[in-house]
Amino acid sequence: MPDTANNDAFVAFERVQKSYDGETLVVKDLNLSMPKGEFLTMLGPSGSGKTTCLMMLAGFETATHGKILLDGVSINNIPPHKRGIGMVFQNYALFPHMTIAENLSFPLEVRKMGKSEREEKVQRALDMVEMGAFGGRRPAQLSGGQQQRIALARALVFEPELVLMDEPLGALDKQLREKMQFEITDLAHNLGITTVYVTHDQTEALTMSDRVAVFDDGRIQQIDPPDVLYENPQNSFVAQFIGENNTMNGVVKEIKDGIALVQLDDGSLIDATPVNVSEVGERTKVSIRPERVEFNQDRLKGNAHTLKAEVLEFIYMGDIFRTRLRVAGSDEFVVKTRNAPDQVKLKPGETVEIGWLPEDCRALDA
Amino acid sequence: MSDTTDSGPITAADGTPLKRSLGRALRQQKLRALMLIAPLLLFVLLSFILPIANMLMRSVDNDIVADTLPLTVVELKTWDSDSGELPGENVYAAFVTDMVAAIDAKNHTKLGTRLNYESTGMSSMFRQSGRKMKKLDPVADAPFKEKLIKINDGWGDVEAWREIKTHSVRTTNGYFLNAVDMRRTPEGAQSQPEDKRILIKLFGRTLWMSLIITGSCILLAYPIAWILANLPMRTSNMLMILVLLPFWTSLLVRTSAWKVLLQQQGVINEILVWLGLIADDGRLVMINNQTGTIIAMTHILLPFMILPMYSVMQTIQPTYLRAAKSMGATNWTAFWRVYFPQSIPGIGAGSILVFILAIGYYITPEIVGGTKGVFISNRIAYHISSSLNWGLAAALGAILLAVVLLLYWCYDKIVGIDNVKLG
Repeated sequence: MPDTANNDAFVAFERVQKSYDGETLVVKDLNLSMPKGEFLTMLGPSGSGKTTCLMMLAGFETATHGKILLDGVSINNIPPHKRGIGMVFQNYALFPHMTIAENLSFPLEVRKMGKSEREEKVQRALDMVEMGAFGGRRPAQLSGGQQQRIALARALVFEPELVLMDEPLGALDKQLREKMQFEITDLAHNLGITTVYVTHDQTEALTMSDRVAVFDDGRIQQIDPPDVLYENPQNSFVAQFIGENNTMNGVVKEIKDGIALVQLDDGSLIDATPVNVSEVGERTKVSIRPERVEFNQDRLKGNAHTLKAEVLEFIYMGDIFRTRLRVAGSDEFVVKTRNAPDQVKLKPGETVEIGWLPEDCRALDA
Repeated sequence: MSDTTDSGPITAADGTPLKRSLGRALRQQKLRALMLIAPLLLFVLLSFILPIANMLMRSVDNDIVADTLPLTVVELKTWDSDSGELPGENVYAAFVTDMVAAIDAKNHTKLGTRLNYESTGMSSMFRQSGRKMKKLDPVADAPFKEKLIKINDGWGDVEAWREIKTHSVRTTNGYFLNAVDMRRTPEGAQSQPEDKRILIKLFGRTLWMSLIITGSCILLAYPIAWILANLPMRTSNMLMILVLLPFWTSLLVRTSAWKVLLQQQGVINEILVWLGLIADDGRLVMINNQTGTIIAMTHILLPFMILPMYSVMQTIQPTYLRAAKSMGATNWTAFWRVYFPQSIPGIGAGSILVFILAIGYYITPEIVGGTKGVFISNRIAYHISSSLNWGLAAALGAILLAVVLLLYWCYDKIVGIDNVKLG
C-alpha cells in the first residue's frame, strides 16, 4: 500500500484528541490518513482509544480537539445521520421488531427511495451475503453468523463509500469467525469500499487488513501493512502485542554496521538490529520471534553470538513443535519449529546452543 | 444396543414404559413444589377466591322471599298479576301464616329491607304491619283480606303483591338489572325511571376517567422512564428513589396533601392569586370534582407506569439508535421507528396495570372526588357499608370484574399479552 499524502486521503484524522472527563485524554494526538478503498484495522487492547476513534468518525462522539476529514471535508460538525457512513456493530444491532427485509429497507426508506427500487436493492444486498431467502424472518430467528451477514448487508445496502466495523466478529465461534473474515475482506475489496475495522484480535487484524494501526495509550504506536508490522515492529509494545515474542533485557554495548551488540542482564552477548536505540550504554529490550530462533549452527553467520539454552518442555502441537527453554535466566523463552521429517525433537533436560540472524532480532525501547 | 424398537412405546431399562417411569421420577419433585406453595395456595383460596366466589353468588342469590314467605309464594303462583285485581283470600291467609312465623323469628324486617331495595316504602310497611299482625291467629281470625288492608292500606295495593311475586324466585337477575339501571318487573326487564338511572353513567365515568388517568400517566412516565434508562447507573438509582418515594408514604397522606394543594384556599390557588394570574374571586375549582380525581390519581399511579416502562427501556440497547442514525435516520425517525416500537411492551404493561388499578380505585376519589369525581367503586362501598344492599354491590363488582377481563381479552387480541413485559 503506497503511503498517501494528506491531500488525497479519503479519511483523515488531524491532531485529534478526545477526553470524556476533562482530566484524562483517551485519544492523544491522533494523526491518520487513509486512501480510498483501503481496509484499515484499528488494533489494540481495550481502553486504547480505538473504539473512541471509530465513534468519532461515525459521529457518535465529538472530538475534543482536532479535525476529522472525509473526502477532504471536515465532518466535525456534521451529525451522524448526514455522514452517510455504513456501520456494523458488535452486537449487530438488528432491529428486533422488524423483519430482515425491513431492516435492510430502513436506510433506503429514510432516504425516501421508491418502493420498487428499495425492494430491488434489498434483494441484491441479501443475495450478496447469500441470505436471499431470509427476507421474511425476524432477527431472533437467525443464528449468530446469519445475523452478522445481515448486519453487514444492512451497512452496505445504501452503498456508502466508507464502512465502519466495531468488532463485528467478536460474538462468533472460531470457525465461523475465520470464514467471515474472508467473506468480509472479499466483499470490501470487490465493492471497492473503504473500511475501518476495529478489533482486539491480532490474527483477525493481520489476515484481513491492508494496513493495521496498533493503538495503545491513546496513540497509534505503529501503522503498517501486516507483514511489516509483524517483522519490523517499531517498539516493544507492538512487538509484544503482535504475535508471540521472546524478549530479553540488556544494555547496548556497541553499534556498528547496522548491528547492535547487546549485553544481556546475565552477561551474555547477542547481536540485534537497532530499531529505536542509538547510543551505547542505553538500556534495551531485544525481541526475537519464536520461529526465527535457530538451533542449526551452520545456518548462522560465522561470527554470530550464540546462547546456551536448557530445554524445559517440549509440546507437540501437530503442525509445529513448541519448545520452552531456559535462556539467559528466563524460563519463558519459546522456540517454534516446523513439523518436518528432518526436524530435531528436543528432550527436556538437554542443553543446546541457540542463535539467530541479527536482522531477525530487534533491539527496541526498554 | 438398547431394547428400544420402533414398535410400541419406549421402555426404561427395567421394562416399564418410559413415560410412567419418568412420571414416577418427577412425582416427588412435583409434590415438593406443591408443598412449598401450599401455605400460599391455602391463604389465597381462603382469603381471595372463596370470598370472591361468595360475593359473586350473592349477586344472584335471592332466597329470602321464598324462605320467609313459603306458603304465600306458592299461593301467589295461581294469581294473575296482570289482572289488576288483588289476590284472593287464600294468598292473604297464607301471608298471615308466614308472617306470624317470620315475626316470631324476627325475619320480617329483613324481608322488608330486601323488598325496599326494589320499591321504597316496603320496609316501613313490613315493620309497621309486623307489630299489629303479631296478635292475629292464622286460623281463628280468618278471613284476613279486609283486616290486613285495615292494618296497612299497602296490602290493598296490587303493586305490593306484584313486587312480592316478582322477587319470590330463588335465583334472581334483579341485582344485575339494577346494576345497569333496569329493574325486574312481572313484564320482564324494564328501565328504571329517569331520575334513578345513575349506575351506567357511573360505569361510563369510571372507564372514561381511568382512560384519561392512564393516558396522562403514559405522557408523564415515558420521558421519566427514558431518562432513568439512559442515565448512568448511579444517577438513575438516585432518581429511582425519588420515583419510589411515594410508595413509602401513606396513600391517605398523599391524597390529603393534594387536598391541601388543590382546594380553593389551597397552596396553588393562593400562589396564582398572589402572582395575579387569577382574580381572588375567580379561584380555580380543582378539587371535589373530576379534575381533582384525575390529578391525584395520576400522581398516585404514576410509579406503576414508570417501573414497567423503565425495565423495558433498560433492555433496549443504545446501539439500536446509533445504528439507525448511522443509516441516515434523523433523531426523531430513529426514535419513532426504532426505539418507540421496542418500548411498546412497557407502555402496554404499565397501561394495563394503571388502568386496572384505576378502575377499582376507592380512597382517592372518595376524598378528592366530591360527587362528580367518584367512581363505581365508591358506589359499591356505599352499598356494602351504608345501604347494606350486598346483592347490588356484588352485581356491580361482578360487572366491574367482567369489564376488566373483557378489556384484558381485547388487549390480548390487539397487542398480544406476550408483548407485556414487567422486566
